Amino acid sequence: MINSLFIVNTSCDILLEKHYKSVIHRSICDYFFDVQKKVEHPEDVLPVIATPHHYLINIYHNQLYLVAVTTTESPPLMVIEVLHRIVATFTEYFEECSDATIKENLVIVFEILDEVLDNGFPLTMELNVLQDLIKPPNFLRSIRNQVTGETNHSEVLPTGQLSNVPWRRAGVKYTNNEAYFDVIEEIDAIIDKQGATVSAEIQGYINCCCKLSGMPDLTMTLMNPRILDDVSFHPCVRFKKWENERVLSFVPPDGNFRLLSYHIGSQSMVAIPIYVRHNVVMQSGPAGKLELIVGPKQSMGKTLEEVVIEMNMPKPVLNCNLVPSHGKYSFDPTSKLLLWNIGKIEPGKPPTLKGSMSISGTAELECPAISVRFRINQLAVSGLKVNRLDVLGESYRCFKGVKYVTKAGKFQVRT
Amino acid sequence: MTDSKYFTTTKKGEIFELKNELNSDKKEKKREAVKKVIASMTVGKDVSALFPDVVNCMQTDNVELKKLVYLYLMNYAKSQPDLAIMAVNTFVKDCEDPNPLIRALAVRTMGCIRVDKITEYLCEPLRKCMKDEDPYVRKTAAVCVAKLHDINPTLVEDQGFVELLNDLLSDSNPMVVANAVAAITEINETRTVVKMNLQTVNKLLTALNECTEWGQVFILDALANYDPKDEREAQNICERISPRLAHANAAVVLSTVRVLMKLINMLPENSDFITQLVKKLAPPMVTLLSAEPEIQYVALRNINLIVQKRPDVLKQEMKVFFVKYNDPIYVKMEKLDIMIRLAQQNNISQVLSELKEYAAEVDVDFVRKAVRAIGRCAIKVEQSSEKCVATLLDLIQTKVNYVVQEAVVVIKDIFRKYPNRYENIISNLCENLDTLDEPEARASMIWIIGEYAERIDNADELLESFVEGFHDENTQVQLQLLTAVVKLFLKRPTDTQQLVQRVLSLATQDSDNPDLRDRGYIYWRLLSADPAAAKDVVLAEKPLISEETDLLEPSLLNQLVGYIGSLASVYHKPPTAFVDSTRAPLRGAPAAASSASTSSATPAAQDAIIVPTGTTTAAPAQPTVIPSQDNIIADLLSLDLNAPAAPAPSFPQTSTSVIPGLDDLLGGFDATTSSNPSIGGFSGLDILGGAPAAPAAPTSSSAPLGDLFGSLGGSDTGSIFPTSTGLNGYVAPKTNWLDATRGKGLEIQGTFARRAGTIYMEMTFNNKSLVPLSDFAIQFNTNSFGLTPASPIEPHVIQPNASLEINVPCRTNGPAAKTEPLTNLQVSPFLRENEINVVLAQNLILNSTKN
Repeated sequence: MINSLFIVNTSCDILLEKHYKSVIHRSICDYFFDVQKKVEHPEDVLPVIATPHHYLINIYHNQLYLVAVTTTESPPLMVIEVLHRIVATFTEYFEECSDATIKENLVIVFEILDEVLDNGFPLTMELNVLQDLIKPPNFLRSIRNQVTGETNHSEVLPTGQLSNVPWRRAGVKYTNNEAYFDVIEEIDAIIDKQGATVSAEIQGYINCCCKLSGMPDLTMTLMNPRILDDVSFHPCVRFKKWENERVLSFVPPDGNFRLLSYHIGSQSMVAIPIYVRHNVVMQSGPAGKLELIVGPKQSMGKTLEEVVIEMNMPKPVLNCNLVPSHGKYSFDPTSKLLLWNIGKIEPGKPPTLKGSMSISGTAELECPAISVRFRINQLAVSGLKVNRLDVLGESYRCFKGVKYVTKAGKFQVRT
Repeated sequence: MTDSKYFTTTKKGEIFELKNELNSDKKEKKREAVKKVIASMTVGKDVSALFPDVVNCMQTDNVELKKLVYLYLMNYAKSQPDLAIMAVNTFVKDCEDPNPLIRALAVRTMGCIRVDKITEYLCEPLRKCMKDEDPYVRKTAAVCVAKLHDINPTLVEDQGFVELLNDLLSDSNPMVVANAVAAITEINETRTVVKMNLQTVNKLLTALNECTEWGQVFILDALANYDPKDEREAQNICERISPRLAHANAAVVLSTVRVLMKLINMLPENSDFITQLVKKLAPPMVTLLSAEPEIQYVALRNINLIVQKRPDVLKQEMKVFFVKYNDPIYVKMEKLDIMIRLAQQNNISQVLSELKEYAAEVDVDFVRKAVRAIGRCAIKVEQSSEKCVATLLDLIQTKVNYVVQEAVVVIKDIFRKYPNRYENIISNLCENLDTLDEPEARASMIWIIGEYAERIDNADELLESFVEGFHDENTQVQLQLLTAVVKLFLKRPTDTQQLVQRVLSLATQDSDNPDLRDRGYIYWRLLSADPAAAKDVVLAEKPLISEETDLLEPSLLNQLVGYIGSLASVYHKPPTAFVDSTRAPLRGAPAAASSASTSSATPAAQDAIIVPTGTTTAAPAQPTVIPSQDNIIADLLSLDLNAPAAPAPSFPQTSTSVIPGLDDLLGGFDATTSSNPSIGGFSGLDILGGAPAAPAAPTSSSAPLGDLFGSLGGSDTGSIFPTSTGLNGYVAPKTNWLDATRGKGLEIQGTFARRAGTIYMEMTFNNKSLVPLSDFAIQFNTNSFGLTPASPIEPHVIQPNASLEINVPCRTNGPAAKTEPLTNLQVSPFLRENEINVVLAQNLILNSTKN
């Protein structure tokens, strides 16, 4: 499994190294840097790199790379999952996982790395167990520790480690018992020049925030469970029950977690709630033109909110002189990013962005694809609906709530 | 409050300051000091000088401080082994602590201290911990055995830890079981100590449902190494693990797929169960593609294998492989590969319009691959070829330099697949002649001109313009130009005589390149000796190229499917070929290394097998040929042939398995030798030494060729070469194909020989086992030569310690595979029910074709 772990940044500094078996000299990272220097974008580094005696499995996150070194045949997907989980853990502890936060919290980072893996095998990956073992840094707590002499470390065996429900702590207590569910659907789509859908898929999640005392056993029924034929569950969901009765039965982890994620493939029809009409002329000199019209389409009676249009212009585009009918636009001449923040689209007149661009050189340019972001509240575009939620095993009453959101995932319009 | 405060330094020197603080009486100060030490350590500063001071802090009730000191110990124990001993007592004491967290921590840390003296003390506490009442301690101890094995394998076996570990497989706690499996898997990698049996498999299946996601991966990977006895058992395992496909963890999903793909092979094909199972496989694979890009990459590499093995699994899912512009480049490339694999008549128009879209993107490598992909579509789906050609023409109109060049290369392949269909576009291609600056594109264009010289009015002018700068061209282009001009001459002899003479003299007199010179000489001879024969040879009808040129070789594919989700599946190489440096890596796999998955690479690679030069085994067998130099030559040649075949030039006209003519022989020749011009001189001689081989070429023109070689050898290089030894040619000595240990007592030595125009596989079977062996059968894998046994082996019985000579006549008209790796011929003798695979090494093939 994982022999050593290096955290490096995009400017080829090694922030940290951790060895789970014999020490591998940090010069092994030179192989990684060689590859890193060759790629154009930082995210293009190949996830699995072979060197004469080692394999470097790496992930990229926020200007950082986590590089795991392995010498034996180990499942790369497991290593990648572990690395992503480590990033998620850091994000939970330090609010973001970045060069700066890692450097600021080196000791805690090191303690966490020591706790998550043992001999390269995953040891304590469950976030709530980890937080029991090593308390996240927190201003209030550090003052309290100063006063009372307590430490950030737990002295007792974390209870979740060995129970049948390793994801849940024992003895949870709340004065207000509440369970909130967010049904989030992201539309991944490719729209071609003519406005026809090339491919469209829905990536859906049900995220929960459960603050329930004791050991509640929840049962959730859906109005139309048949929609979900490609689902991945949190380990807490009883799979047999789902297979036989199509109900979700589970003892929830404490706090925030993702209950399930689902995928609605390209074979079923996915309603596209937005259209983008474009007319872009990429000509040298001041003759370049750009015109965009955005409007709702099959919106199912809901309004489009937080609509943002992005275009990564080619390098010869020097500047843009555009007039938006709604919202604000900006063009960054260094990164060449054109950003049009429309906000809410009111029914009636569709927002437009019109104007000219100045382009240098004479080479013929390809117009860049348009990436679109939007959000529709109170709608799950697939039609998924939660029917009811029952709490068993505990006698208290609890507040329950379900929220639906549809968002753009990787939504792009070709030009 | 951040940790950056630990890095503030004072004038007196950091180490000095820390030393004082570590020895402070205040607990709080001590802890802060240790934190500072750890912080320095993590960024790579050397704080080993503080070893005794830090170790002194170890005896504490504070868990955090203890953990920090342990972290320090793990890092520096190796450099200070004598001081590390000081810590042993505390460890041993901690292993008895009433708090299971402390016990586990102690045993865990001890395993990480890789100092021999400490490991000795570790054994007793570890044994106790493996039987600890607390499962948390037991599961930590299980991992510790793997650590110990890494440091000192004999100690683990002598002390009986393997048995203890085996006992943990039956532990009541699933987490303990999972960790025991993980430890065993790691130990098994160096030496198999524990084998799976039905009983343990059942225990694992029970634990599977209850352990953590990571434990599930370990258990599933262990299950993948188990071979069920019968169908029923396999089906049972499939049923019990298939719910794991719905797990949120990608590693669990892929490991499940791995076990299922393996077990499916054991079940009767076309059964309802299989149909159901295959249906279940598709959605989770698709889901993996919406995960992080790194996961997508590994998933795509595996999907590539699965699609080759079972094309029906994902045939409906073409759209999920469509490329998004913000995908990382490595994901884009893999998606493109899979799109081609899934391309069929019913979805081809969709695929084509996508590919056209991609060809307009900015990333050069991706665009090139997209253009090639269009060509592959044309070759794969005949109905679409028209559309593909039209698309390619559109792309050529864009005049984007690299797009045009790539398009020319693929159009050449399309011509080879559909001759006499799209020649009307040649004029469009000729318009772009000047923009081609890459050797491959130039060579392709020249090939097209030569091949269709009769339809291009100004073919002579065009070729002449290339001849102008003959010496500045790449070898690949030069060779192609030579052939093209000869073709032109044979087609239009009247007005091109001058041109051909000029090119031949350029190639033979003014060139330093032996390959070029030799090819030039042979054409020259051929043309002057017998123009009719020359026509037969040079203008012989070319075989069509096959549609899938980058498929993995079937046996390799089968092997790799068993390793889904592992590094082997990412690299598409068997695990034996990498990872452990102690295991001999596969030699002679350079052909596989050039994973340029294009059709034009194929003929070149195939040429490599028709190399007439001797190899290490061949050279000593010819001591009389060049008595004084043979050793040097042997060395040089072996050097040459083992060097990875550098950019293999493409020879479109040489793609056949039945050796069609002379330029094949030569094409092959330079495919390997051109990579090293300094020894080319020797190889050049050697081709003449190999002259006796030529008469055996199974074409009608073999006789004049033999003549040619004979006279050439005589006239040009003096009398050091013996004249033809007749039709039988040189036979390589038998070499060991199958070792008795691998063949369950059967040892096979063999070679290939040619007698009277037929290839014989000569084998000596030695029975080294204690029982008589009988019922032999022989099977060749589909190979690049189209070699198949002409008759089955006659029934024989070999008594123990007896041996038997078997000659199997072979035909070369079997199905020829154009796959990688091309230089291995796999022969499978069947022995009763035990199949034994013999992979003949590369050099054997080289010999066999020589004859």
